[in-house]
Amino acid sequence: MLLISCPYCGVERPETEFRYGGEAHIARPADPSQLNDEEWAQFLYMRTNTRGLYAERWRHAHGCGRFFNAVRDTVSDKFVCTYKAGEPKPDLDALARASQEKDAR
Amino acid sequence: MAEIYTPAASLAPVLRQDAVSIQKTAPLARLSFRGRAEAQAAVAGALGFALPQAPLSAATGAGKVALWLGPDEWLLLAPEAELEAFEAAVNAAVAGLAASVTDISHRQDAVLVSGPRAAWLLNAGVPIDLALPAFPVGMVTRTLCHKAEVILWRKAEDQFVLECWRSFQPYVLEHLLDAARELSTA
Amino acid sequence: MSAHSQNSTQSTRLAHGGRIDRSRTLQFSFDGKVMQAHPGDTLASALIANGVHLVGRSFKYHRPRGILTAGSEEPNALVGVYRHGDQTPNLRATQVEVYEGLMAISQNRYPSLDFDVGAINDVLSPLFPAGFYYKTFMWPKAFWDKVYEPVIRAAAGLGKPPKLADPDHYANLYAHCDVLVIGSGPAGLAAALSASETGARVILCDEQAEMGGSLLSETGSTIEGLPAADWVAATLATLAQRDNVTLLPRTTAFGYFVQNFIALAERVTDHLAQPDANLPRERMWQVRARQVVIAAGAHERPMVFPENDRPGILLASAGRTYLNRYGAAAGRRVLVTTACDSAWAAAFDLADAGVEVVAIADMRATPPEPLREAAARRGIRVEAACVVTGTSGRLRVSKAMLGRLRNDGSVVSAGDVTCDAILMSSGWTPSVSLYSQSRGKVVWNAEHEAFLPGASVQRERSAGSCRGVNGLAAVLEDGYAAGEQAAEAATGAARKGGRLTATGGEASTGGYLGALPHDRNAGRVKAFVDYQNDVTAKDVQLAVREGMMSIEHIKRYTTTGMATDQGRLSNMNALAIASGALGAPLPQVGLTTFRLPYSPTTFGTFAGSSRGDAFDPVRRTPSHDWVVAKGGVFEDVGQWKRTWYFPQGSEDMHAAVARECRVTRQSVGQFDASTLGKIEVVGKDAAEFLERFYTNPWKGLKPGRCRYAVLLNEAGYIIDDGVVGRLADDRFHVTTTTGGAARVFAMMEDFLQTEWPDLDVWITSTTEQYAVIAVQGPKAREVIAPFVEGIDLSNAAFPHMSVASGRFAGLPCRLFRVSFTGELGFEVNVPARHGAKVWELINAEVVKQGGCVYGTETMHVLRAEKGYIIIGQETDGTVTPDDAGLDWAIGKKKFDFVGKRSLSRPDLVAKGRKQVVGLLPVDPKQMLEEGAQITAEANPAKGTPALGHVTSAYWSEALGRTIALAIVKDGRARHGEVLNVPMPAGAVPVKVVDPVMYDPEGTRLNG
Repeated sequence: MLLISCPYCGVERPETEFRYGGEAHIARPADPSQLNDEEWAQFLYMRTNTRGLYAERWRHAHGCGRFFNAVRDTVSDKFVCTYKAGEPKPDLDALARASQEKDAR
Repeated sequence: MAEIYTPAASLAPVLRQDAVSIQKTAPLARLSFRGRAEAQAAVAGALGFALPQAPLSAATGAGKVALWLGPDEWLLLAPEAELEAFEAAVNAAVAGLAASVTDISHRQDAVLVSGPRAAWLLNAGVPIDLALPAFPVGMVTRTLCHKAEVILWRKAEDQFVLECWRSFQPYVLEHLLDAARELSTA
Repeated sequence: MSAHSQNSTQSTRLAHGGRIDRSRTLQFSFDGKVMQAHPGDTLASALIANGVHLVGRSFKYHRPRGILTAGSEEPNALVGVYRHGDQTPNLRATQVEVYEGLMAISQNRYPSLDFDVGAINDVLSPLFPAGFYYKTFMWPKAFWDKVYEPVIRAAAGLGKPPKLADPDHYANLYAHCDVLVIGSGPAGLAAALSASETGARVILCDEQAEMGGSLLSETGSTIEGLPAADWVAATLATLAQRDNVTLLPRTTAFGYFVQNFIALAERVTDHLAQPDANLPRERMWQVRARQVVIAAGAHERPMVFPENDRPGILLASAGRTYLNRYGAAAGRRVLVTTACDSAWAAAFDLADAGVEVVAIADMRATPPEPLREAAARRGIRVEAACVVTGTSGRLRVSKAMLGRLRNDGSVVSAGDVTCDAILMSSGWTPSVSLYSQSRGKVVWNAEHEAFLPGASVQRERSAGSCRGVNGLAAVLEDGYAAGEQAAEAATGAARKGGRLTATGGEASTGGYLGALPHDRNAGRVKAFVDYQNDVTAKDVQLAVREGMMSIEHIKRYTTTGMATDQGRLSNMNALAIASGALGAPLPQVGLTTFRLPYSPTTFGTFAGSSRGDAFDPVRRTPSHDWVVAKGGVFEDVGQWKRTWYFPQGSEDMHAAVARECRVTRQSVGQFDASTLGKIEVVGKDAAEFLERFYTNPWKGLKPGRCRYAVLLNEAGYIIDDGVVGRLADDRFHVTTTTGGAARVFAMMEDFLQTEWPDLDVWITSTTEQYAVIAVQGPKAREVIAPFVEGIDLSNAAFPHMSVASGRFAGLPCRLFRVSFTGELGFEVNVPARHGAKVWELINAEVVKQGGCVYGTETMHVLRAEKGYIIIGQETDGTVTPDDAGLDWAIGKKKFDFVGKRSLSRPDLVAKGRKQVVGLLPVDPKQMLEEGAQITAEANPAKGTPALGHVTSAYWSEALGRTIALAIVKDGRARHGEVLNVPMPAGAVPVKVVDPVMYDPEGTRLNG
């Protein structure tokens, strides 16, 4: 059972308190009617599904109730960091490099 | 200060042992308060004290309690008889401000879990660390007890309030009583 | 008085020694034979003390098998133990503690252990090589179901499953600690001692009944000036006194998961003759540890020589444990055969206890001089460069053949010795299972000829012999340091740098991997590598010859390492044999994955208290107790118990539902709708939020009015519906489906928090705040009128789709005028704790009006007659509002709402979509089956695509016939057409009609 750090509660909690919410930083278009079918399909269905560090949404469903974002390594299932909704997406490449250097040490 | 959670006088304890007891509590006035900062500050007018802003904390005073449940969500408690006046007072305090006040007095039921083995018993179903340094007196949180969502508030080193939606309480109690069976042995 | 005369059955119990309580004698039985034992015995030690080695038959060849080990890795001595009148199979006799009256049975034999007809497999064994099943049961295909599978199933498996429901209860505990120490041998005890000295929270677990590990079998060594066993007792007393220490004997760490999450199985009462029924049988500990010290020790390897599996052949360390810990001699004439030093200690202890050691056969050309001197002092014959090449004895070993190893690697006979026990040791394999489970990668260590833990992936460290540290003093030092380091890493507590002094327990040198050389016909002898799965050295070689290059393939082809010990005994020998056959260095052949559980773990331990009604929350509505008293029948709707129907007298379901439908439409019906999801949407932007969320327009809805609401996902498909009432400009009461309550709430939170955080609106679940009692039917108004205060119920003041707050029977109330039946209807919302009382008050009026209570089945029928869809019944996640005939509920002029853009996707506006229709079977008595396919032809050609399927089918009391709802391709254009529902008994012709089949004008609704 994973431990996930909730950026709102400031504590680590077991993953059963949380719900997964898919890829992060995909904003709903302000006016969907302006999108052609191809663009709408992109928004609806296409996700990067990265092998490695992935920014994704989680909700502390059985805790404070807040959605937040996390960077998780989809290979090792390790959480690199979590951050509040609305905060900018971290530089995943830089995080990956830092993570590799840490492992190398 | 009078305790807001009191054992329901009409009900026998669910469990009574030296190591741990479980008692249902009397009905309470419960309001869910959600809103923006200005409204959060204004609620103090109805409570007599400020909403606790630190995560997982509680504030009490003058027969009222405010429990932090999330960054924009508090559970406000008052004696049952004061429900209508309390609701009106909170609504008046936040009138014109961005907020929501909703009566959930009947949505939830609470038990008091007390005794030297209270934390041990709760940990039969609650996965978080309830040792004092990790979960000090006064801390409040939503979490899970087995599959049921609960609110857990540590009132004293050996006493917790365990509150959940009313239809989940039999499930939660069944698990706690099962876990408590071994405490009755010598 | 000698011990022998006092304990008449205990023929090989020594007069003195061991940690058993000789002051008490216990009776137990094995296969019905009553024997005696002492408290402190395991079933295995008691059997050995009674001279019994034959305890089971092997899995494949049904060969007689004896006790091999003294621990949880035991592959042979799997037994069934009776408890509460049923037997628990596959318990390891080496772990079962004897209590007064214990009843155990052997397994995998028929009719008896001494004479087992399955042993014919041993004679036929040339027919059963590795991969036998894969090769044999390929064809003919017709034999798979009828012949091969029954035969294989009958022969497969060990033991018999219990027949009765498990009467025991099981417990769960979540625990947190700074340092979890796994294993209580010298390294683990030292680690727990040093870690807990810093004040760190320590849990020390060990799978054995008594803590101390190998120290309990030691002779001659001292720690801190005390005999080893005394130091164990003193240390355990110290640890027990520390509040920050939890000692868990009989507790196996069986799974190591991410982030130092470790699962422990504690056996709480299995060792008790009369356990208190209030004690759980077993407890699952779900431990989250900041740091873990793995002190799992090492496992002795069997020697792979021909016929190395006869009863009476044991691991040397096991023989020593039975002697020193239990005062039981493995035999009267014991041969010790080894490739390393440690087995010599077993020989010396046996000799010192007065047991005849016929020889020590060490395959090394020059065993260490001190050992030879010690043997000479005891007059023990020593054979160097000597191996066992075979054994004989039907149910117990009686003779061993010895062979001399020559310099060229060949073997010549060195004569036979008679013996009734052989203690063997190929050396020691560090236990890396838990380290490996923690995702660590083991590293081959050429010096130790062992795989050792590599870098830590999690916050753990191995200590002692599980990481190749050898010798008592070094192991203690390693464990002590590991405990200090772990505590420092967990809590920041500074190390004290203490250490423990020890004498004796010298490091063991030597060891051998793989099958021993011999002078026998290699094609005819069996030298076992994996005892439990009957895998021999030649099976492994055959697998390689047949092209299995990877150890993972060899494992699956031969099943070596797949026993309950997960290869703890067999892996290294199998690997060495494979390495030789492949001509590849051992580390290149690789090691299979160590999987959890480390030892078999019961389902009860996993289930804990989550069984029966406590498996999942059972949610009951306010009317529940009343319904139970009235004999209502419930159905499960998600976690809710909802009343399905209320039979009266001898009514069956059909009759009850028909009556409930009739009475409701004629006078009035009462229904518990409390399970409907309810969400309070509050804030100045509440209408704007609903405008964006639901398909319908909301801004024009006046306070006091309600509207049916449809929710789509972004793909344009219906996912929920409900009724939304506007209580005030800034307050809405939203209802959802019963099953959708949590999902819709989460979806609202998602949009409010992440897409529209600028909106001033908040949501609160009120599902359980209110009991909801629906009163439906022409007399509904008469039923509620006596209770209602402050609300004008007239049709003009309170028309269909109204909502008002008032009082009901003196209680605060939200009253809705809504209908899911097509009748005049109200839904009374009162605070939930008053629900039961209000239910009864209303019922009294319902009865007065000649009405009835009804359940979900009647609710379904009444709504189907009106063509009202049910989410999940008429919809399946691919149905659009237009498909469902709900085009009217779309706010087409709205700027946007969830799913709006998708409604113009090409595939959602394409012709030929399936649409909701009504179906009337041409035969009005013919009931359709939900899920049945619909075609144009009565007998469609194979492969004809269906036009749609039946989604709901009922007997309609109001229409006096059967009806159905369906989704059918171009359904709305087919009204009046006759289609077919092909069924096994012939096609059912059905007429397609408008889904609103009853009162299409809605006059009843507005009455």
